[in-house]
Amino acid sequence: MIELRGALVTADPPRSADERGRRGRRAGTAAEPIARHDGPLRILGPIDLTLTEQRIAVVGANGSGKSTLARLLNGLTLPAAGQVLIDGLDTRRDGHAVRRRVGFLFTDPDAQIVMPTPVEDVALSLRRTGVPAADRDARAREVLARVGLAERADLPVRALSGGQRQLLALAAVLATEPEILVCDEPTTLLDLRWRRVVTDLITELSQQVVLVTHDLDAAARADRVLVVDDGRIVADGAPEATLATYRLLMGVDDEVRRG
Amino acid sequence: MKQPAHPEHDASVPSQTSQTSQTSQPASTRLNSAPAVSTTLPTVAKLLALAMLGVAVVALRGPLSALLLLTAVLTCAALARLPLRATARALLPILITAALAAGYQWWARGPAAAVEVAADLLTLVLAAAVLTATTPADRLLDVLSAAVRPLRRVGVNPDALALAVTLLLRTVPEIARVVSEVRDAARARGLSRDPRLWLTPAVLRVVGRARDQGEALAARGILD
Repeated sequence: MIELRGALVTADPPRSADERGRRGRRAGTAAEPIARHDGPLRILGPIDLTLTEQRIAVVGANGSGKSTLARLLNGLTLPAAGQVLIDGLDTRRDGHAVRRRVGFLFTDPDAQIVMPTPVEDVALSLRRTGVPAADRDARAREVLARVGLAERADLPVRALSGGQRQLLALAAVLATEPEILVCDEPTTLLDLRWRRVVTDLITELSQQVVLVTHDLDAAARADRVLVVDDGRIVADGAPEATLATYRLLMGVDDEVRRG
Repeated sequence: MKQPAHPEHDASVPSQTSQTSQTSQPASTRLNSAPAVSTTLPTVAKLLALAMLGVAVVALRGPLSALLLLTAVLTCAALARLPLRATARALLPILITAALAAGYQWWARGPAAAVEVAADLLTLVLAAAVLTATTPADRLLDVLSAAVRPLRRVGVNPDALALAVTLLLRTVPEIARVVSEVRDAARARGLSRDPRLWLTPAVLRVVGRARDQGEALAARGILD
């Protein structure tokens, strides 16, 4: 179960040109704090949520705070205030245990894959699960077979297509057998065919899945949809109603009517 | 170093696919969780050779010894069957760095110092490339992790340190790829002549990529 209790994410505001100038003039003098009149910028929240459904989709415009919400769930981003609890574990206090439970799939698989071949990259994930070195290779191949990459286990990663790399990134996450999978726009960089392959694979997983996406067809298949706008959850519920709200918010319905 | 190159170094050669499988010992033949001695020994030997080469590069002075060491490493690269074009492309940033360093040394200390510095730099980087090209990353990690395990007593995480070293050794082809992409982008805009126009974005992209990879490793719990 995922719980957000007043979770708030902030960032320091960019310094104004005036402040930068003052700081520059003071360089080399005794340290003197610069008075900052702006408070921290609110990026997301405060959010109160309890997520128990098996399939949860998060939609929203670019820069609305979707990815920040996703990152909160794995502990990649820690809340400035409030709490994020995964099965009762606090992401701030129990980060290690949280990351064991929550797998994270990034938009760009190239950032996630660090080893030269698929089998080695999945084996890297298996190292932290305590799989003996003797079994790692075979286990890695089993996981790759689950996502349809058995034949490509020993190919150089750069010989894989974008879709295959995303499948590899997914395999590397699934190798650790997380209980929850958070996917941050995993199909954004893929063509239609690979988008379907990756989405279908994610849909069939036994794990609880939080899917951040721009693909409204995929969102429509979720049990629950969250619409994020300007760092707040503006709609939350069954796909039909929430996606209608999202379309209105984006002005898509108006365009359809005008078209 | 007579093993064929790791498949990473040539994506276009399907026959190399099976070579990694051949170098990976079947799981059923291994006796315990530690890698078998017969499989780690060549990796240990290669790492020791790399370390000794590093010492030799520093200890032996003069252009002649530097060129001899470079020749030895070039021979190893040939024996390891490193693909010439891919390796040259991967080493391009190092070649540029070596040329710049040699130019400065020539101006400051003369031609002998220039040859020595350039040859030493190329020797070490090419030797690292040969090591990573002929060694499965998982095995390299196992050996490095075992080697630095005593440092656990002073608070060092041996797995994290081994992973950092492994990634560092693999950085050269990654940087080359980024530089190549950025240069292509500059060329497409007719800006290829001035290196400053692609060097800055290339550096920024390399740093950004390193940050993204660190974040992804953290998300996978590998750094815990």
